[in-house]
Amino acid sequence: MIGTGAARLADATNIAPVIQPLAEATGVFSYLWLLIALPLLGATVLLLGGRRTNRWGPYFAVLMVVAAAAYGIALLVGLLGRSADDRAVGQTLFEWVFVGGFTAPMALQLDQLSIVFVLLITIVGSLIHIYSLGYMEHDPDKRKFFGFLNLFVAAMLLLVLADNYLLLYVGWEGVGLASYLLISFWQYKPSAAAAGKKAFVMNRIGDVGLSLAIMLIFVTFGTVVFDEVFAMAGEASESTLTWIGLLLLLAAAGKSAQFPLQAWLLDAMEGPTPVSALIHAATMVTAGVYLIVRSGAIYDQTIFALTAVMVIGVITMFLGAFIGSAKDDIKKSLAGSTMSQIGYMVLAAGLGPVGYVFAIFHLLTHGVFKANLFLGAGSVIHGMNGEQDMRRYGALRKVMVITWLTFMAAYLAIIGIPPFSGFWSKDDIIHAAFEVNVFVGVCAIIAAGITGFYMTRMVIMTFFGKPRWPDDAHPHESKAVMTIPLIILAIGSMFTGMALLFWGDIIDWLTPVTGLEQSPLPFPTILLEIATLVVVLVGVAIAIGMYRKDVPEEAPQDVNILTKAARNSMYDDAINDVLVVQPTYSLSRAFIGVDNRGIDGIVNGLAAFVGGSGERLRRWQTGFARSYALAMVGGAVLVVVVLAVVRLP
Amino acid sequence: MTTIPWLTILGVVPLIGALILLVLPRDNVRLIKQAALVFSLAALVLTVVMGLQFDADSTAAFQFVESYPWIPAFGISYSVGVDGIGLVLVALATTLVPVTILAGWNDVEDGRSVKGYFAWILVLETLMIGVFAATDVFLFYVLFEVMLIPIYFLIGRYGGPNRAYAATKFLIYSLVGGLLMLAALIGLYVVSAQQLGQGTFDFAALVGLDIDPTTQKILFLGFFIAFAIKAPLWPFHTWLPDAAKESTPATAVLLIGVLDKVGTFGMIRYLLPIFPAASEFYAPLVIAMAVIGIIYGALVALGQTDMKRLFAYSSMSHFGFIALGIFVFTTWSMTGSTLYMLGHGLATAAAFLTAGFLMQRAGGSSAIATYGGVNKVAPVLAGFFLFAVMSAIALPGLASFVGEFLVLLGTFSRYVVVAVIATLGIVLAAAYALRLYQKVATGPESPHVEGMRDLNGREVTSLVPVVLLTIVLGVFPAPVLDVVNPAVDRVMDTIGMTDPTPALAPAGGDQ
Repeated sequence: MIGTGAARLADATNIAPVIQPLAEATGVFSYLWLLIALPLLGATVLLLGGRRTNRWGPYFAVLMVVAAAAYGIALLVGLLGRSADDRAVGQTLFEWVFVGGFTAPMALQLDQLSIVFVLLITIVGSLIHIYSLGYMEHDPDKRKFFGFLNLFVAAMLLLVLADNYLLLYVGWEGVGLASYLLISFWQYKPSAAAAGKKAFVMNRIGDVGLSLAIMLIFVTFGTVVFDEVFAMAGEASESTLTWIGLLLLLAAAGKSAQFPLQAWLLDAMEGPTPVSALIHAATMVTAGVYLIVRSGAIYDQTIFALTAVMVIGVITMFLGAFIGSAKDDIKKSLAGSTMSQIGYMVLAAGLGPVGYVFAIFHLLTHGVFKANLFLGAGSVIHGMNGEQDMRRYGALRKVMVITWLTFMAAYLAIIGIPPFSGFWSKDDIIHAAFEVNVFVGVCAIIAAGITGFYMTRMVIMTFFGKPRWPDDAHPHESKAVMTIPLIILAIGSMFTGMALLFWGDIIDWLTPVTGLEQSPLPFPTILLEIATLVVVLVGVAIAIGMYRKDVPEEAPQDVNILTKAARNSMYDDAINDVLVVQPTYSLSRAFIGVDNRGIDGIVNGLAAFVGGSGERLRRWQTGFARSYALAMVGGAVLVVVVLAVVRLP
Repeated sequence: MTTIPWLTILGVVPLIGALILLVLPRDNVRLIKQAALVFSLAALVLTVVMGLQFDADSTAAFQFVESYPWIPAFGISYSVGVDGIGLVLVALATTLVPVTILAGWNDVEDGRSVKGYFAWILVLETLMIGVFAATDVFLFYVLFEVMLIPIYFLIGRYGGPNRAYAATKFLIYSLVGGLLMLAALIGLYVVSAQQLGQGTFDFAALVGLDIDPTTQKILFLGFFIAFAIKAPLWPFHTWLPDAAKESTPATAVLLIGVLDKVGTFGMIRYLLPIFPAASEFYAPLVIAMAVIGIIYGALVALGQTDMKRLFAYSSMSHFGFIALGIFVFTTWSMTGSTLYMLGHGLATAAAFLTAGFLMQRAGGSSAIATYGGVNKVAPVLAGFFLFAVMSAIALPGLASFVGEFLVLLGTFSRYVVVAVIATLGIVLAAAYALRLYQKVATGPESPHVEGMRDLNGREVTSLVPVVLLTIVLGVFPAPVLDVVNPAVDRVMDTIGMTDPTPALAPAGGDQ
């Protein structure tokens, strides 16, 4: 098997990103705004239409996303028809915020980077919308669910199409709102409501970073429009750029559940599984990676911020992998895996121009195979009557053949078995990491081994072994409306990597935006690929060894410290509680005390003092309106007197 | 210039309405309410018609100017006129009055005078229009003080069980502020008499004075404390939670949503242009008070057990943002503050009205613990409540976001540390607001909530304009920016301030 690494070993490359002048949106691009307007219309109709739209609303929502996907494909064809350095199209809708020298237009930008997101969001989004027709079939609030999903798609498209940071912020917060609404969709469950709130508040910590970054960008460059900022990026001082980079990283950490703002993602699994697939695996959580890659021109100037990005990526890559290895809840295990895989992407983005394209490449393949895994898990959960504990699964391959086979395709993709998607993209990241830093490269290989372990564990516990089903569970294969999207995604898990790489030329496609630097490794690339594969297979073998025999229905308690910690999500809640939550509430209580006894006490004391005794105060109160009118008159008289005196000379 | 006395007509319409209400038969409650609504809507229509004639490109400081001598001996005149800032605040007042009348349709049901309630609201509307339109400082002062009377009665007569205490506290606070302002006003008159030979209260003439810095510093304080009590800044805020809790929702909306803006409006209109040196001198103090207020208000809101008190503290936090934007002296932040006044007015309306609808359905309790699971039984009401919560936390895309961001941007351009601290307020806001929604609307239904009916047509109708305006001004604030920007530029010119230049200013960086 010839990996891409081998293909590009020939010589060192150094392609600088180009700032493409924004071409006016004409022809097929004239209706760029429609991309956002379609799902927004869907959301509006469903959420405001009320019960009248119950019957046809969900189909309308599906139609809107499919239409957006179709238009997205037309846009791609349009871009393909242009020359490689002329693929940025801009559309200014109207002036949005303009004060003094500050302007933020309501303007969209479609280029090589945003189009791949548009297609990921709308195509995977369409499949997940269709799947949800089956998954949410009996939910009384199905209409609302589809309304929120459409709202999410609209906000996510705004996020990737905005041509300036402030407008991006609207999309950024919009997806946060949709995420909040969908995590707490079953909000009669206190745990779901709490999880939604937690996600929103933790994301707001990231938003502090985004807000401050935008402000710093403006006071530095005098603009927040991407092209204008990037054109001047080289002129700013390095310390300023470092701060901008770190603040954007904070924002990315919030949205993409990276350390230290990762704790909300596991709780977010309270949302219906299609939501987990679309928002908390394939698209929204990768917005942080988009932000960093989009801001590449800034990061290119600051090795410190870039290194910070890489370090955060490495930490989260392991953190997520450990958590994924220890959780028995299938969705939480997958959520850990998502954290870990986004860690890979962040790591790659932290390599700078060496890694940007591969971060996006992995983001795309991951978007497909992780959606596949989550929808597969959803199909299992659906069939198991809502049960999510893998210790109560087992042997499901016999009753859910399509789910099993499609899940296996995604499994092979995520652990990186050639020629499945994940192999190509993960291999590229490992290769790029070695180009920059051997230690990081080794980390990436080890994490690939852990990925092999936890995914094999999941597959064995779910589909193999003996049934450990609860008594009331009668597992069955899901309906076609759910399995067809799974089949399509499974085909995607198999071929997306190859298709993007060889047919789509994803690397060449993206480099005008991201740039690319490559240097040959001191050893043959094939060695790296073999080493990675061996480590992955070791992980797989360990999992087989451990879970081949019967899986106990209760998790064993005599486990090592790491396992215990990983089961508790590395104690993230406890740490946040001690460091942030409790101090905040203590401060809140202290201030309330100050307010009631201190400030107000002084005021009331003063009032009592002025009014004499409490009794007199009360009498004063009752007669006060009349006295006040009198006081007014007295005041006016006083004014007149003083005026007269002043005028005398 | 137009010859139609728009502002006077606009101000008089609600007053006529109030007088007509008084002669209507007291038993015909329905007719009284309808009349009140019709007059408030007439004022709104007039505002729209007037607003459409406002010339954003005009070089005149004020438009729709009218001036008639009142007490010529003392240079007092009835002078009105609006710049863009005054215009949008007048519009806020005339928008929210019909909204509150419609929402507060059944606020008075227990034998208290329906007539009085709505008549006082209309009187208050006249005074609010006047206070934003006055260009004679004495006229402003009189209206500023007289405004207390309708609010006093609206709280003291129609409020909750502890209304007497709350109303009196409000009055005492306001009186203290008013007296200080009066003293400063007289001082200002004295200075004008000394410099011009003839004392005056005319705003333009006062701005033209060259007051020595020491005098400025003294006079500034008189006005400032009055304004800091009105738009309560920390530590002058403790009347607000009581007043908010004891008011009917409609009163709370008019009090916090509109009337309190007189304080921050006064800072932009009067403090900065008349006392530029003192404003600069006291800016660090005001900024400190504002930032403390932002964080303090948000933290105290986080621990509240009462919805209305929570919204009061949240408002106090937002007033901190507004004052901050004014006293960092940038066009961004000052325009931001003006937008924030609008955004906060709308957010307050959404918050207190939905809280009021909840309370009416749960025996009048504003305790958060009374509620739970409202979303299950009254999803439309819960939906509006969620909108109010999102509006309070300045979600991007809503009106308050544009204001909040511009305030923070301006602050950042001068004081990075202050901006960083203030930005932390957005996390706390999310925490207290979503905690409130979580406790009220999610989880299992509380016994008080069972069988709660959802919003009816009238209630929805009262909220829809608030929601629409909040979204429209968040997505397309251009109509407001068009009129506010020139007014803010004028204030900046008057105080001799310019925006900091970006480090790498692109060619033509300044407009």
